Parts: sequence; C-alpha cells; structure tokens
Amino acid sequence: MAIDAATVRKVARLARIAEPEDRLEPLAREISGILAWIEQLEEVDTDGVEPMTTSVAATLPMREDVVTEGGDPAKVLANAPKAAKDFFVVPKVVE
Amino acid sequence: MTVLTDLTLKAALDGLASKSFSAEELTRAHVAAVEAARPLNAFILETPDKAVDMAKASDARRARGEAGRLDGAPLGIKDLFCTEGVRTTACSKILGDFKPTYESTVTANLWRDGAVMLGKLNLDEFAMGSSNETSAFGPVVNPWKIDRELTPGGSSGGSAAAVAAGLCLGATATDTGGSIRQPASFTGTVGIKPTYGRCSRWGIVAFASSLDQAGPIARTVEDAAILMTSMAGHDVKDSTSLDVEVPDFSQFVGKSVKGLRIGIPKQYRVDGMPAEIEKLWEQGIAWLKEAGCEIVEVSLPHTKYALPAYYIIAPAEASSNLARYDGMRYGLRVEGANLTETYENSRAAGFGEEVKRRILIGTYVLSAGYYDAYYLKALKVRRRIADDFDQAFGKVDALLTPTAPSAAFGLGENADDPLAMYLNDIFTVTVNLAGLPGMSLPGGLDAQGLPLGLQLIGRPLDEGTLFSLGGAIEKAADFQAKPAKWW
Repeated sequence: MAIDAATVRKVARLARIAEPEDRLEPLAREISGILAWIEQLEEVDTDGVEPMTTSVAATLPMREDVVTEGGDPAKVLANAPKAAKDFFVVPKVVE
Repeated sequence: MTVLTDLTLKAALDGLASKSFSAEELTRAHVAAVEAARPLNAFILETPDKAVDMAKASDARRARGEAGRLDGAPLGIKDLFCTEGVRTTACSKILGDFKPTYESTVTANLWRDGAVMLGKLNLDEFAMGSSNETSAFGPVVNPWKIDRELTPGGSSGGSAAAVAAGLCLGATATDTGGSIRQPASFTGTVGIKPTYGRCSRWGIVAFASSLDQAGPIARTVEDAAILMTSMAGHDVKDSTSLDVEVPDFSQFVGKSVKGLRIGIPKQYRVDGMPAEIEKLWEQGIAWLKEAGCEIVEVSLPHTKYALPAYYIIAPAEASSNLARYDGMRYGLRVEGANLTETYENSRAAGFGEEVKRRILIGTYVLSAGYYDAYYLKALKVRRRIADDFDQAFGKVDALLTPTAPSAAFGLGENADDPLAMYLNDIFTVTVNLAGLPGMSLPGGLDAQGLPLGLQLIGRPLDEGTLFSLGGAIEKAADFQAKPAKWW
C-alpha cells in the first residue's frame, strides 16, 4: 500500500523523529516502494499458522524477586546529558 | 622471522604457550598494524595502552601458570558490544561519547579467558546495513581492492576488514540478517552466527532482539571455533540465553564428515545469480562429495518470502528497541521548546537516514490498523520459513548454499537504492528468522580476484557439525589468498 506525506508526518510524530517538510515526500516514496515489495507476503497461505515471535522454544525463566544491583547513582548518571545531585535533569513534563 | 600479524589465532596461542614470543610482543605488533591501517577505517577507537596493559597482565598470568584459553590473543571488538569505560557508539551519533559502566557478557567471557582488546571496530549504524556505509564514522574500506575501493560488507565490516588485513587475530561480530556472514564472504574470512541463544545478548546494543546473535569472525575455521567456545555460554542476564553445555568447538574441526547428508536447497538458485557464484556452489558440493558426504536436493519453498518478512520484523523490533534513545539518560540531547520537541530534535539529529527509515517502517507496521496486515502476517510467514527448515533437517544434517549473491561491490554503488542493498542478505536472512546456526567460509576467488563465500546451515545447537564440514571445505579449498597490502 502506498503511503503519502501526511502518513509519514503522522508516523514520524509517533516515532518522535522530527522530519522536515521537504523530506516527507521522498520518504513517502521510499517507504511505499519498500511496502510494495513487502506485499508479496500476501501470496503465502498462513491460515491457521501460529505467529512466530521467537526461535527459542523454552519458556522464559523465573528468578527470585529480589534486588540484584543498584544503589550507585554516580554510575547510573555517568552518561547523563544533564544531571543535578542524584537526578537526571529533563525538560519540564507537567505544564 | 615470524611475522606475528600473519599468524592464525591457533598458531599465536601455540607460540605463546611455547614462549616463542610474549603476549606483549604479539600485542605491540598488532597495535602497530592497527595504526598503519587507518586508511581502512576499520577501527573507530584504538585502545593501545589498554591493550599493552592487558598483554602484560597476560604474560604475568602465563608466568604463574594461570593462562586461559585465549590468553594474550589480541582481538578487535565490534562497537556494538558495551565495554566498560571504553566509548561504545553503535556507530551512531545518538550515543555520542557513551561510556558504558558495565561490560557485555560476550566480551567479559573473552577477557575471562585472557584475550586482549585492541579497540572498537566500525559497523553500519546500529548494525543496519550491508556495506558499512551507514556508519556515522564513514565506511570501512575492504582490504581487497581492485580498480576501485570496495565495501567489506556489513554490518560487521570493521570486524571482517580488520581480520582480513591482519590487524587482529579475530574479532567479535553480530548477525541479525547476515551481518557476520556477508562481510566474511566479502573479505575471505570465516564467520559463524551461532544458534539464537548460544551467546548472551546482554550488553550488546539491541537492533532486533529476536534475531540478533553474536559470533566471531576469524581467519580459519579452527580460529572461529576457538573464539566461539569462549564467547558462548548461558547467562542469567539474558532471558533468551540457552542453558546448554558449551563444547570445545575446536574438537569438531578435522573430524570426518563421511556419511553426512548435505541438503542443497533448490530455491537458492535465484534468477540472475552470477555464474561464478553458481560455479563456486557446484565446487563446494563436489568437495563435500569427495569428503564422503551424500548430497540431497531439498526444498525450502518459502525462501523468497524471508527478506520481505525480515523487513517487517526487524524494523518493528528496532522501532521498539530504539525508543530508548530519547536524549534524557545518555547520548545526544538537542533541546526543543518542550519535552516532545526535545525528543524529536534529539532523535532527528542523532539517527542517520537508514536508521530513521527503518524506525518509520517499524512504527508504521506496528501502528493501529496495520499490525495484523503487516506484522502478524510476517510472524506467520516466519513460522512457515522455520517449518521449511524443520522438514529439510528431517532428511539432511546440514545445508550448503552460497553466502551472498555477489562478491564485494564498490563503495557507493548500492547506496541510493535501499531495496538493492537489502538483497545482499537473500541467502543469510532465513537462518536468523529460524534461529539456526550459519557459517560462511571462503571458497575461492572470482575472475576479478575477489573472495567468494560458501554458507553452511545447521540444526539448532549443532554448530559442531558446521565446524566439521567447514574444516573439510577449508582443507579442500586451500584458500591461501590474501589482499595485497595497499594501505
């Protein structure tokens, strides 16, 4: 299915990527081309086929619900673009 | 005199054991080779001081009789593996100068066994690419050169180029759709993507979590087996890591392959396949026949749907995984008027074009109204592809195919056409979808003098058979060619 610039704008918004207006048309063309190629999947009969989310057959392991690490704010904040005391500094979230 | 950078990993470990040279001598030789090879752009961060320190510590361990399996072996690390205190970027601007405060399990396993780190290796941004051209650090140049500069393949282009050029004895790599095997094929090296779950994904920058798997690139099948033995192993920090025994994989190299049944999937004879690839495949079949294998034609009817299914599943998982890069806790932050704008600006400035394209596709196929038509459909097709392999492995012990549909191509030659680039993974991507082990090893040179790879595909957890078959092909192919040094 072909997608248009408005759809790219919407999807870019969902993905939190600022795309300039002049990139919307080219992206719509590129992505439409890829989606058109992907549509050959419709040829495959998948009636009654269980979706495959992983190739690992085992069930996910359980572990004790205990704290395994923590208590080291300096390590946690070591790569923060902005930090103050033991906190990340982020833009204002609540108006 | 022995040129230390020409040794195989096995020969170097033997030389260290017999005290023919020290780990420090071996490491200094490689540090010099890395420095001299900067035109290749394989290493994006050299850590010579750390390397020499690790080598000295290795010599001290050996003197005390405490040398590990890889003690003193200088390796390169794909910059997708988090290394404690050493910048890790995934070759994306969005990670900036990120210095992990922890070590990936796979690299920790290598250091546990005594290996030495030479530095961090270039790759396609977030491992998304087949030519290393999406790297924020610029492309790697293949040491194999003809009339023009060639790609080493991708995404593990730095790993493959460094091993082929003799800059390190082996390298870590990762493979989501072919990122170990296609670069191995393009550079005349050996690469293996193990069974999904063999190597812990903990501390590896995530691309598509249900497909990503670490593995080695090396100069020989035996070297790859030695590295795999150290890299693999159960890890409670990765819930998909398999709690299974790790054999000494090198024991499988040199074992007889007589009586093994080898499947030749007829669907891999794609239209427009170069005659030289076809010829190499026939040659591979002949080698295995001579080694006593039985050749069986098999059918994997859903092969042609693997790439389109992959280009839904991998971007979908990537769009989710890469949501963590929001400019708040680490990496690049570009301020905007409010929180949302800061997210949008940071991600727009930090991600490259191919990564953005894949995030957008992934977001689209997961969005309301399209989830069933695209994502769910792709997961069902994935099951069909895995079932094809299950049926084939009822009849055969392993499969033999070409690794890639061409030899290395020129830098820039496929850069404007994402679909043409995606087709590089046509023979490799099926293995990731099914979670199987796959190995690429050099089979010979084409008419231009460029290496071409053969791929072996095995049953889940049956890497041992691949190492035996790889050993047999390696012996028959006797691939001795090396790129002429121009850098």
